[in-house]
Amino acid sequence: MSDVTETPVERRGVAVVREIMSGGSTRAILSVVAGFVIGAIFMVFSSEEFLAAAQYLTSRPTDALSAAWTAIAEGYSALFRGSIYNYKADDFVAAIRPMTETLRFAGPLIASGLGIALAFRVGLFNIGASGQLLFGALWATWISTRVSLPGGVHLVVAVLVAILGAAAYGAVVGFLKARTGAHEVIVTIMLNYIAAGILTFFFRTPELLREVDGGGTPKSDAPALTAQLPLLLGSEFTLHAGFILAIVGVFVYWWLMERSTLGFRFRMVGHNADAARTAGINVERTFVVAMAVSGAFVGLAAANQALGVQAGLTPDLDGSIGFDAITVALLGSSTAPGVLLAGLLFGAFKAGAPQMQVIGLSPEITGVVQGFIVLFIAAPPLVRAIFRLPPPQKTTVIADWWHKLTTKGDAK
Amino acid sequence: MSTVVTPGLFSQVDVSVSKKTPYLMAAFAVFVLVAFGFVGKTDIVAFQWSKQDDLIHLPDFLVASNVVGLILGTTLVAIAVASFVLAQGKRVTPLWLTLIFGMLAVVALLAWLAAGNTLPFAFILGNAVVLAVPLALGAMGGIMSERVGVVNIAIEGQLLTGAFLAAVVGSLTDNLYLGLAVAMIGAALLSTVLAVFAIQYLVDQIIVGVVLNVLVLGITNFLYAQWLSSDGQNSNFPGTFPIIPIPGLSAIPIIGPALFEARITTYLAYLIIPTLWFILFKTRLGLRARAVGEHPLAADTVGINVARTRFWWVTIGGLVAGLGGAALTIGAVGAFGRNMSGGQGFIALAVVILGRWHPLSAAAAALLFGFSIVLRIWANQVSPGIPTDFITIVPYVVTLIAVVGFVGRVRAPAADGQPYIKG
Amino acid sequence: MKLELRGITKRFGSLVANDHINLVVNSGEIHALLGENGAGKSTLMNVLYGLYTADEGDILLDGVVQKFKGPGDAMAAGIGMVHQHFMLIPVFTVAENVVLGHEPTGILDTLDIDTARKRVREISDRFGFEIDPDALVEDLPVGSQQRVEIIKALARDAKVLVLDEPTAVLTPQETDELMGIMKGLAKAGTSIVFITHKLREVQAVADRITVIRLGAVVGEAKPTDSAATLATMMVGRAVDLSVSKKEPKRGETGLSVAGLTVIGDRNNKVVDDVSFEVHAGEVLAIAGVQGNGQTELAEALVGLRTPSAGSIHLGKMDITHSSVRDVIDAGVGYIPEDRSKDGLVGDFTIAENFMINRSYGPPFAKGLNIDFGNRERIASQLIGDYDVRTPSQVTLAKNLSGGNQQKVVVARELSRDLNLLIASQPTRGVDVGSIEFIHERIIATRDAGKPVVIVSTELDEVTSLADRIAVMYRGRIVGIVDAKTSRETLGRMMAGATV
Repeated sequence: MSDVTETPVERRGVAVVREIMSGGSTRAILSVVAGFVIGAIFMVFSSEEFLAAAQYLTSRPTDALSAAWTAIAEGYSALFRGSIYNYKADDFVAAIRPMTETLRFAGPLIASGLGIALAFRVGLFNIGASGQLLFGALWATWISTRVSLPGGVHLVVAVLVAILGAAAYGAVVGFLKARTGAHEVIVTIMLNYIAAGILTFFFRTPELLREVDGGGTPKSDAPALTAQLPLLLGSEFTLHAGFILAIVGVFVYWWLMERSTLGFRFRMVGHNADAARTAGINVERTFVVAMAVSGAFVGLAAANQALGVQAGLTPDLDGSIGFDAITVALLGSSTAPGVLLAGLLFGAFKAGAPQMQVIGLSPEITGVVQGFIVLFIAAPPLVRAIFRLPPPQKTTVIADWWHKLTTKGDAK
Repeated sequence: MSTVVTPGLFSQVDVSVSKKTPYLMAAFAVFVLVAFGFVGKTDIVAFQWSKQDDLIHLPDFLVASNVVGLILGTTLVAIAVASFVLAQGKRVTPLWLTLIFGMLAVVALLAWLAAGNTLPFAFILGNAVVLAVPLALGAMGGIMSERVGVVNIAIEGQLLTGAFLAAVVGSLTDNLYLGLAVAMIGAALLSTVLAVFAIQYLVDQIIVGVVLNVLVLGITNFLYAQWLSSDGQNSNFPGTFPIIPIPGLSAIPIIGPALFEARITTYLAYLIIPTLWFILFKTRLGLRARAVGEHPLAADTVGINVARTRFWWVTIGGLVAGLGGAALTIGAVGAFGRNMSGGQGFIALAVVILGRWHPLSAAAAALLFGFSIVLRIWANQVSPGIPTDFITIVPYVVTLIAVVGFVGRVRAPAADGQPYIKG
Repeated sequence: MKLELRGITKRFGSLVANDHINLVVNSGEIHALLGENGAGKSTLMNVLYGLYTADEGDILLDGVVQKFKGPGDAMAAGIGMVHQHFMLIPVFTVAENVVLGHEPTGILDTLDIDTARKRVREISDRFGFEIDPDALVEDLPVGSQQRVEIIKALARDAKVLVLDEPTAVLTPQETDELMGIMKGLAKAGTSIVFITHKLREVQAVADRITVIRLGAVVGEAKPTDSAATLATMMVGRAVDLSVSKKEPKRGETGLSVAGLTVIGDRNNKVVDDVSFEVHAGEVLAIAGVQGNGQTELAEALVGLRTPSAGSIHLGKMDITHSSVRDVIDAGVGYIPEDRSKDGLVGDFTIAENFMINRSYGPPFAKGLNIDFGNRERIASQLIGDYDVRTPSQVTLAKNLSGGNQQKVVVARELSRDLNLLIASQPTRGVDVGSIEFIHERIIATRDAGKPVVIVSTELDEVTSLADRIAVMYRGRIVGIVDAKTSRETLGRMMAGATV
């Protein structure tokens, strides 16, 4: 086939810029911006001042406008104060505490986000972070409350058990998929509920993990002091070593996916399982291994949740981490740095909640922002339409040049 | 591995049908026989067939719990044997037999739980139907979408949307029918988003589905916390549709009160399920829809508009799922709660697969789930001495076993989840 | 009905697939459209059929300009098409497939399946097709499926019938029958557009020939023109597809297969008691019509399918139940027939594709890490050695042309130290330049003293490469014959006749 359109040399620079503009990270940033804008709209329409001012919108439109502005400014500045720097605080420690809170919340999001991201890159959709987290936390709690070990060793064993527990629960998914062809989405969803039931049963039963002298509500003891993740910045701050675990996870993930041959095979199966099978990869076994490794990353989050507290645990210890992890992986486009940044962003959302509550705005607003961000992420054309970005080019500048070269060659 | 499958060419080999189903059945049957029969409880169970105000009042049926276990256990063993014989004869166990098996196993469990107690059979059946309606309607929405080749993970979000809008609009306007209509339209709009992303923008359908669920959960959680919880009297107090007994039918003993003293949402489900079956398998419309779901390019080459077909089936599927969502609030409890669907959309998804993309089978599967949910609620009330947490997970374990065991590698519409890219 | 295409142009991005194509097909004429793979024939027909919209140009039927918004419009105007990949729904019956899109209906939009059946029987009887309207399409052999496609077009009163590479799945005898049907249809007034790259068929059946190359019409030719003339027009230079090769120097037995039986996906014996031997330094070609078990045989040899009986020995080593990885490590090179599905990872770079079957150890791995230095070095060497036309080794494989993709696969497989080469359809969908190159390389592998197995449905390829030919029919090897066996004999064997 011939190629008549030529890319003029002087336009190449422009085209390269276009390629960057239509690329992934720009889109991620714009999705976040768009998510915040929509969050702002929700804030405005849930502001009573604005709704009151809107009654006489036609006669005094500035009232409504200023009420709207106030709602947005108050909402987002509360989020800022709660998650990054509290400029209204009395002392320096209180002022920077929000930042450390963000890191604390980000830790498990990053870790479990890595787990989901890994599964994504193997072509699997692991919705089961919550189940894997609960299962890992269950056995970590067993170690931390029912087993006595010397300091240091106790923590290490508890963390390892959290990782192994979550990995095993993940491997079950891979096994069922490989053996029976059951779709992992259904399997993981069901295993989430099952893990929650098992954990609740353990936390409710005195012979198992129920709090000593506890009442009827399912609750465990606090982890032994020797098994708690140590605080990083002293007792003034709640930030603990769980964040370090997550950062280690980021580096391990990067090495695994970008440098190692195992990660290479993971990606191969993810892109084209048929070709991988033909190239001698045992695809079924890869599913099992990948789900186990995916679960192991989630296990870091399990350790964080089970061992990063000084009080007893309740069956809802996973919070919404399981589903947030999916959004983290999507926003971070399944790369190590992307997941890190996305985890920090959503960690900030969680950290900001109390400050928003104070000004009478439901912290659930961050759920709305989060939802819209991933909607935009999932639908690139939507973001492009909103921001009038150039369409992704089917053939790049480079590809164009090469295409000419090859077609000339073929027609020799 | 690519193969042009031309079975007619080759000599057929005698290969036995997988015996997974009979073995699983046998395991269950023996468990029921032993646990509920041989070592079951000897206390009397009172099977309460009718409610006090039923037209034809049947007397309670008193029987020892272990006798029920023995009888049903033996029946289950017989079904397992039948399934085994079928497998020997290289035939697959029919779905209806599997479903009957499930139902009988549930009844045996009920009788065991209710030892020394009353088993309000009519109450349980009636509630199972009420609880099955959202699942069945969600599953119908899913079937409509997947039959044309669009995977619908967003059923959960559609149910939640329907539940929320039905409660809020029904409350604010004081008109439940308006609430119902808005709920259906709202869920259909959500479906439209799925359809447009999947068809027009070729975005991964599973990801869009999950994202829509996250989005709807975020929005409804926020609105619930910010608005409904403080202003519940005005905005979240819709009440429920009246219960309308159908004259004649509701007088039938046992099933009459359970099936025909219901709300309009339930009757609509009765109407929609067989209609969908008829349209899918008996009409031109259905033939074309299935063609699009199996081989969109082939459908296109005979002049069927693939994008339009997919769009409308997915969207109307959303209407149906929205009705299911409304059934959760104004068709049952009468108010919206935070994350009200609570995973029922995912159960509906399992129901779709369990029912093999067939409306009637899916409806039966939904009823089975309805049963297991009632079981959980009721068992918690009678405190049977087994951990309630385990009863809680029964439906999920059943789904899991069903998906990996009974169903295995089922044949989904061939183009399910495949975007259709036209040149 | 007279069909006329005027100045049809179709672009995909910067690529011009059809460049101002003019074509006239008269009523009752068989008009062959001849061109090599990727010349733009199928694009043109998809434009004619309304699947693609032309960027420029007009379609005229009996002198009236047509505007097709979709295939529905084209069909209504009287154009019918038999696609290369059948447009049939496997789980539907023949009758349902035939009426799909213009279904007879009763009350409440219900399907009138009786009328549909009657329609199928009518046409089936008229042409002696013997097709059961209630059979599921997926249960029919390929030849019958093609007839269903023809019935489908005729049931819509097609006045212009387009056949896109219709003989690819047929035996030579079935091909002859199809040509008979085409002539019959033409006599009855149907205009036929016959798309092919096979010269022999064009000469046998066409009334007129239009040759296209690189998306543009090169000229018109007569069926009486010599094959060499047609080939030169088609490719744009003198081509000689006959591979020059020396007499084979046969060594020891490299591969021996005994009583091999493979059960297919639908519980049928897709490979049925197959036995053969290949010696070092010879090419054994497995010939046969698509779908007679050759694919499964090749897959069983490399471990992708587990045999239910029989044995496979590589030299002295038993690899009957070895995993794919073990077979690869034992030195078996495999070129799969569907390169984009099984041979390459499209979203991987060329360099990454070179290492997909050797990711476990040297030279591509250093411990648990990828050896990026070695990979870069090896990739640039292979790109040069195998003439892969690409701007860089980090170009994604999916962005290469078919010929260059195939060269990547060939380079990966042949650059290893081989004990056996298995090549399935090594030149399918590849331009003539690449075909010549790949053929040379395969013969070079033979001459280096390796046993080679070629699986091909193209008789020309089989006869030019093979030293011996095994013909498969319905999962069995009908016979193993010398490469000089006549086409007629081979054709009969492909239809199941034993020698």
